[in-house]
Amino acid sequence: MPDTAFASDTAASNASLRAYLHGLPGVDEVGAKARAADLGTRSIKTTAKRQAIDLAVRMVDLTTLEGSDSPGKVRALCAKAAHPDPADPSAPQVAAVCVYSDLVAVAVEALAGTGVGVASVATAFPSGRAPLEAKLADTRRAVADGANEIDMVIDRGAFLAGDYRKVHEEIAAVKEACAGTHLKVILETGELATYDNVRRASWLAMGAGADFIKTSTGKVSPAATLPVTLIMLEAVRDHRARTGRQVGVKPAGGIRTTKDAVKYLVMVNEVAGDDWLDPAWFRLGASSLLNDLLMQRTKLTTGSYPGPDYYTLD
Amino acid sequence: MADQIFEYAPAPESRAVVSIKPSYDLFIDGEFTPASGEERITTLNPADEEPLAEVAAAAEADVDRAVRAARRAFERVWAPMPGAERGKYLFRISRIIQERARELAVLESLDNGKPIKETRDVDLPLVAAHFFYHAGWADKLAHAGLGPDPRPLGVAAQVIPWNFPLLMLAWKIAPALATGNTVVLKPAETTPLTALVFAEICQEAGLPPGVVNIVTGAGETGRALVAHPGTDKVAFTGSTEVGRQIARAVAGTPKRLTLELGGKGANIVYDDAALDQAVEGIVSGIFFNQGHVCCAGSRLLVQESIADELLARLKARIERLRMGDPLDKNTDIGAINSAAQLARIRDLARIGEEEGAQGWSPTCEPPERGYWFAPTVFTGVSQAHRIAREEIFGPVLSVLTFRTPDEAVAKANNTPYGLSAGVWTEKGSRMLWTADRLRAGVVWSNTFNKFDPASPFGGYKESGYGREGGRHGLEGYLAG
Repeated sequence: MPDTAFASDTAASNASLRAYLHGLPGVDEVGAKARAADLGTRSIKTTAKRQAIDLAVRMVDLTTLEGSDSPGKVRALCAKAAHPDPADPSAPQVAAVCVYSDLVAVAVEALAGTGVGVASVATAFPSGRAPLEAKLADTRRAVADGANEIDMVIDRGAFLAGDYRKVHEEIAAVKEACAGTHLKVILETGELATYDNVRRASWLAMGAGADFIKTSTGKVSPAATLPVTLIMLEAVRDHRARTGRQVGVKPAGGIRTTKDAVKYLVMVNEVAGDDWLDPAWFRLGASSLLNDLLMQRTKLTTGSYPGPDYYTLD
Repeated sequence: MADQIFEYAPAPESRAVVSIKPSYDLFIDGEFTPASGEERITTLNPADEEPLAEVAAAAEADVDRAVRAARRAFERVWAPMPGAERGKYLFRISRIIQERARELAVLESLDNGKPIKETRDVDLPLVAAHFFYHAGWADKLAHAGLGPDPRPLGVAAQVIPWNFPLLMLAWKIAPALATGNTVVLKPAETTPLTALVFAEICQEAGLPPGVVNIVTGAGETGRALVAHPGTDKVAFTGSTEVGRQIARAVAGTPKRLTLELGGKGANIVYDDAALDQAVEGIVSGIFFNQGHVCCAGSRLLVQESIADELLARLKARIERLRMGDPLDKNTDIGAINSAAQLARIRDLARIGEEEGAQGWSPTCEPPERGYWFAPTVFTGVSQAHRIAREEIFGPVLSVLTFRTPDEAVAKANNTPYGLSAGVWTEKGSRMLWTADRLRAGVVWSNTFNKFDPASPFGGYKESGYGREGGRHGLEGYLAG
């Protein structure tokens, strides 16, 4: 079984890639939205809720992606990632901290020995509009500085223009530059416009070597939605059935409440299956979600909500 | 760890919102009145076989009283009343239904066995919508295209089934009242409770006495009602077999008749369909309401080239269905309505195996008490098999394959029934070509089991005649 979904001759030309990607089953938008809404009505309570919250905390990629980010802010974020709830040492660590590539070294140092990973949005985040050499240089630097994971953005302009080969080549080249580091490929689904495009971009990324497919940069609205994540979960499920290789999924942007996070976990469970219910295969890209998870966690333990000031700002 | 997390903890809806009386009388002429005979019927909760309440069995004399009350109300109050006034009563009823929706949803789940998420999210919103929709028609009948001054028929005798007790009541009563008719309605003997709460709602709405009468009972009561010479219209939803008896009873009389009977709906999936959504449509087509749906998509016709892939996806999806306590908000599949129905489903499933089809069910453990039947898929089914021809009225899907669109249409139409069909394709021209040729009252395009009060519903061939809902549905209650 080949490592990727399609052999090299499929990736050889736009025509062959087009034939392949357009041969995937279509997505009926009305049906997909209805299914996502239906899964959103599952009722998670008591012990199931407690376990879901802890799992969601372990899946968080705690993120800061602002032009104003400073080494001090990143260090503060890292401290929170390692000890999310100062009042409750039983609160689990998050999966990773996600920062711009120039701050990777700071994060790596701050997180040394904690077990929390460092993810970096290399490749001219968030637009991706830079020459391939620049993206590769960005990636190599982040890897050299110690990033465990690279989050790359695809060239949406090329994808929408039908230049699938360019998108494929870029992903494959970045994957090579990652030198074994985990590669998450951001599809920026808000700019892909249709669910058919989301499915095709998912398969294109998986075929080019993505270890994870990720919805959004968080800079474009809409960012992560339940229906888009549904399409991507179907894609990784079908991809594993076809190739034997498992790929992870990361919705990112706009997930702010525990209720939302639980809806995503229900969807992972019922669409892809519980093999994906693990931080190794599912992540939540979020910055403000964590405090709500911690607050709901305390509520389950003590029976009452603490005020927001009981949780740290960064 | 993963296994533990999504053992979703039970999330049952509270029974406390419903107060069930130990015993119910008949609702005649605006009052609950005792039946003339001593006979009582016990209605059970099919999920645990516990008795819920006793209801009266109406005898001929009781039916006669109800019909006379309906006649009086028709002549003196309801038919002479301006349409706008009738509309106000219907609007009031719809609003009370919405206010009491939670109570009615729980009661329906208890009495019928269907999951709360269906009564809460499907049945009750549609029930209220039917009354709202028909309330709007009450003062606009002259504009319905049925003549300049359409008149009501008189007293309508209505007999409804147990699969959607309150929804079928709404389908029958709302158009009858909107058009100026009065009604005597007999709910099914296994699911009478929401109809009796509806009688309370009529009182609460101040509906004039006799406009709505509810007589509970079994087949004898239904026969007496249908045969009563004082009725002008018979409307029945139920099995084709009983429909035939009713057609015979009504033949030669001036009574108008609408029948909404059985079905063996075809769900056609072409090779270019959006497969994941088609799987959802197949699941809702046959497992919605435990398959107790006359328009269920009980025959899956799948194009041979994608049959294996589609079935693999379908089975994976069915493995995720949750069967159990109907009051649990996470339950997808509830209980079979009665022991008799369960026996019939088991019988036909056994025949399916004997005929050589391959049955498959997911690994799920039914509760110890109650009437349960796991979702079942039969592959290797041919047109000659009984499970491809007879209505099973349970969660049993028969899978057949086809190679060309012509073959799909021929197989879909090769049934004595003609109530519903579904077509799944991404290609618009193929969709229209197929829908044009299907002999079915409803053809769903890339969806299944969708209902709306504005959309007429009814069958071809042995699925009955007449339409309910929409402008067409008014016709069954009006003389032009």
